[in-house]
Amino acid sequence: MICNDMRNKLGPYVDSELSAGELAQFESHLRECPDCAADALGLMKMKHMTRAAAARYSPTPEFRLRMEQSFQTKKKPSWSSGWIPRMAMAAVAAVLLLVSIAFWTTRSNRDREFAELTDMHVATLASANPVDVISTDRHTVKPWFAGKIPFTFNLPELQNSEFTLAGGRVSYFHHSPGAQLLFNLRKHELSVFIFQERPGDVPFSATTLSSTKLAFHVETWSEGGLRYFIVSDAPASDVHALSELMKRAARS
Amino acid sequence: MPLFAQMYNFAHWLTQDASEAEDLVQETCMKALKGFSSFRQGSNFRAWIYKILRNTFLTSRTGLKSATLSLDDDDAGLPEPVASATPESILMAGVDHQMIQSALEGLSVQFREVILLCDLEEMSYQEIAETLAVPVGTVMSRLSRARKAMRNALGDVRVRSASR
Repeated sequence: MICNDMRNKLGPYVDSELSAGELAQFESHLRECPDCAADALGLMKMKHMTRAAAARYSPTPEFRLRMEQSFQTKKKPSWSSGWIPRMAMAAVAAVLLLVSIAFWTTRSNRDREFAELTDMHVATLASANPVDVISTDRHTVKPWFAGKIPFTFNLPELQNSEFTLAGGRVSYFHHSPGAQLLFNLRKHELSVFIFQERPGDVPFSATTLSSTKLAFHVETWSEGGLRYFIVSDAPASDVHALSELMKRAARS
Repeated sequence: MPLFAQMYNFAHWLTQDASEAEDLVQETCMKALKGFSSFRQGSNFRAWIYKILRNTFLTSRTGLKSATLSLDDDDAGLPEPVASATPESILMAGVDHQMIQSALEGLSVQFREVILLCDLEEMSYQEIAETLAVPVGTVMSRLSRARKAMRNALGDVRVRSASR
C-alpha cells in the first residue's frame, strides 16, 4: 500500500516537482524500499538518456541564413507610407525577442549542465562501485587517468585539510571524456568533475559561479582550458574550500 | 538566435519532417513577432513561444492528422498503456540513444511532446501546463502515461533489435 502511494510520486521525484515535505518522506521510503529505489534510478536514467538522445535535429546553415535575412528584411525602415511605426515596432520587438532568448538560453544551459552533473553525482553515489580507482593517494589516482582522458590535471595536497580523496573514474559530459574525482568530508561526498573546454560552451567568466540545485551546491570555474565543477550536499563553504584547494593545485 | 535551434529540434520531433519543421519554425517566429504585444512581461517567455509553435503545428496538415483525439480536455480519449512487468532498471540496461530515438518516434504526438517538454526542455509542470494549455494535474497524468508508453516502446525496440 505504501509502495503504491509512493509510486505515484516517482515521476514528480525525478522531475524535481515534490515539495520539501514530500521529498523527505519519499527519500525516507527509498532508503527502506530497494524496489522503489531501483525504479527511481531507472526512471532517472531514462530521463537522462532521453534528454541526450532527443537533442537530435539541427537547423541547416541555409535555413538559419534564410531566417536571419528574413528578420533583417523586416527590420529595414520603409519611407513610403504609414508603415514606418509598424516596422519600427517590429524591429524593437525583434531586438527584445532576441535579448530575451539569449538571456533565457544562457541561464537554461547552465541550469541544464548543473542538473546533469548533479544527476551524475547522485548516480555515482548510488552505484555499488562509485569509483574505478580506489585510493586516497593523489599519486595513484592522477596517473590512473593517463591514456583514458585527453588531458591531465593536478590534485591538491590534502594532508592539512579535512578532505580525503576516495578515488576517481572516467566520466562523460557532452560526449567528451573527463575525470570525476570523489572526495570525502566528514559524512559528505563531493564530486569534482574536470572536462576540456569546448568552443561554443556556455561562457563562464573567470570568476567562480555557484548555484544550488535540489539542495546540492554546485561550484564551477574555468582554468587552463579546463572546466571544473564541484557538486555536493556539503555546505557551500566546504564546496568553496575544496575549489580553492583545486585552484591552488592547478596553478602549482 | 540560440532558442531557434531548440525550437527547430522540437518542431522536427513534432512534424517528423525537415521541411515541415522549417516551415513551422518560420511561421512561429513570424507569429511571435506579430503578437509580441500579447506577451505579458514577467510571464514565461519560453512557455509562450512553445505554445505558439505547438498551436501552429496543430493547425497544420500534419498536426490536424495527428490530432484525431482531443488534446486539451481531460485526456479521457488517450489510450492507457499497459504497465510493463520489467523493472525500469533492468529495462534501461543496454538501451542506447538510437533505441530511445526509435521509441520516441513511435509514440503518439501527445505523449512525445509532453516527454520532450519535460525531459529535453526541462520545463516545470507549470510551464508545460501553460504551453499545452491544460491543468497541471493533466500534465502529471499525461506524463505518467507517456512514460509507460515509452517504457513499452523501449521494450519492443529492444526485442526487435535482439532478433536481428
